[in-house]
Amino acid sequence: MSLIIFMTSDRPKFFVISVLLTAFLGYSIFLYSALPIKQTPLNKEADAGKFIWQKYNCNACHQVYGLGGYLGPDLTNAYSFRGKAYIKAFLNAGVSAMPNFHLTDSEINDLLAYLKDMDTSGQSDPRSFTINYDGTIQQ
Amino acid sequence: MTEPFNNKQQLNTSKVFILAGLLLLSAGMLFGLAGALQYLFPDFLKQKLSFEKIRPMHVTTVVFWIIFGATGGALTYLQQHTGKKIYSKLLAQLQLLVFTLTVVAILIFYFLGIFGGREYWEFPPVLALPIVFGWLLFLINFIKSTGSLKNQPVYVWMWLTGIVFFLFTFLESYLWIFPYFRSNIINDMTVQWKSYGSMVGSWNMLIYGSSIFLMEKISGNKNYSHSPIAFALYFTGLFNLMFNWGHHIYTLPTYHFIQYISYAVSMTELFIFGRIILLWKSSLSAALKLAHHIAYRFLIAADVWIFLTLFLAIIMSVPAINLYTHGTHITVAHTMGATIGINSFLMLAIAFDILHDTCIPFARYEKWLRRGNWIANISLFIFWSSLIIAGILKAKWQMRIVKIPFADMMLQLRPLFIILFISGITMTIGFLYILFPLVKNQLICQLKKLTHKDNLKENRPSEFITGN
Repeated sequence: MSLIIFMTSDRPKFFVISVLLTAFLGYSIFLYSALPIKQTPLNKEADAGKFIWQKYNCNACHQVYGLGGYLGPDLTNAYSFRGKAYIKAFLNAGVSAMPNFHLTDSEINDLLAYLKDMDTSGQSDPRSFTINYDGTIQQ
Repeated sequence: MTEPFNNKQQLNTSKVFILAGLLLLSAGMLFGLAGALQYLFPDFLKQKLSFEKIRPMHVTTVVFWIIFGATGGALTYLQQHTGKKIYSKLLAQLQLLVFTLTVVAILIFYFLGIFGGREYWEFPPVLALPIVFGWLLFLINFIKSTGSLKNQPVYVWMWLTGIVFFLFTFLESYLWIFPYFRSNIINDMTVQWKSYGSMVGSWNMLIYGSSIFLMEKISGNKNYSHSPIAFALYFTGLFNLMFNWGHHIYTLPTYHFIQYISYAVSMTELFIFGRIILLWKSSLSAALKLAHHIAYRFLIAADVWIFLTLFLAIIMSVPAINLYTHGTHITVAHTMGATIGINSFLMLAIAFDILHDTCIPFARYEKWLRRGNWIANISLFIFWSSLIIAGILKAKWQMRIVKIPFADMMLQLRPLFIILFISGITMTIGFLYILFPLVKNQLICQLKKLTHKDNLKENRPSEFITGN
């Protein structure tokens, strides 16, 4: 009964929304100011490679950490798994589902630098995780 | 500036928003089919319209169907709620113009292969500016038309929440343009998926708000939208919108607390899920009572999809299960269940309610809509199930100690992609059954009205001269 009275007047609603908004903004500001990975100097080649990745919309077909398209494989750790030469051959020729984008040498080098940077950021393979008793996971 | 609202058979800006949304939905389905065909025949349109172009075309048209439809629904029902016209017709028209031109520009850019290359918003960042501008016009129009939030029903709170949070999360999704956020991939993806997770919740708020308004309109009972349970569910939804985005990035090496918060918050959805189960009997009797109402049939279809999608969402929010489903077609099944099964059916109910009253009696088309509803729902169920099975097979492949190559795994999924494509075709046919009479009647009646006006002008020269 008291809950009904509590929720039918306006003041409690404004109170709840204020609490939620404050918590949300606090959470957001915390994440922006204390980003999970401590900033390192910008790797110019890798940064340029990220723009190449975006310019050709690689995300439409490929995944990074399981996020992105489903037509091609996840490329998070492709650099260490497949190697530079293998990736270069793919980029130069294309495959049945992937067109040849006719990338320049400099674009290919930047893209490789980005894939290398991505590879060193962590492991995306789900087999590398362990499951805890409470249903959470850890690497 | 506000005037009394009269909605009788006039084509106003909010209706044009919905009509444009329906056209975008049709285009989105066709792009989706073309994309599905490329899964089966990789060489199909490979030179002119390869998959990295088709996919964003599909995503953009479908996302903008939701945005256009949700805007049109909220603007129409806001006027019906207040009993007055919106604050500024001009702002709404300007928003419509800006959004339409932006969507056209985005599709041209995709066709030419010019990308910004981010998930969802794959167009160059400069095109985000008109979207922000148009959305600000929407916010101003909404606030000025609503006035105070005091004693407002839950749907007004939901509309306002949807508008504000879409703007916030949309801007947040562009933080990557600053090197501070972009320079590390983990930081970038954490912020990117924080924004996307909440953004989906924001357009859901807009659509669910309009659905509650419509439900009350159909049932004639206005009590629900002021009830404590309605606000309790709204706050649960808002809580999830704000903090339940972490399930997208459980496997990303980011802060662990993101996983714990998201996991805990997502379990509050069990409250919504439990309520659906608890009320199934009364929902069923209401469904039988109101089954003659076409809009209600779409709402019922959406209800079934809410049940299925919420069940899938809750189990996918458990990190141990998410580890298996992440990156597989089960995620796509969840997205399709939410965007087609829930959002599109809710918006079809809203579109029907707003558009069916024209100069042409709609009774003769009711059979079309009933048939379309069944075809679309059965097809969607087959489509959804084939994605889940494909997802289970991919999950098994991901967890194997010795893996076969990715291309071979995709080849094993081919029979499921064939089912996906065929059910996609029948689903499109089902939707076209519904869309065609709604759009056609509106266009014919507007053309009739225009020619009638011209005839009147031609036949009244003396009145014009004398000024009578």
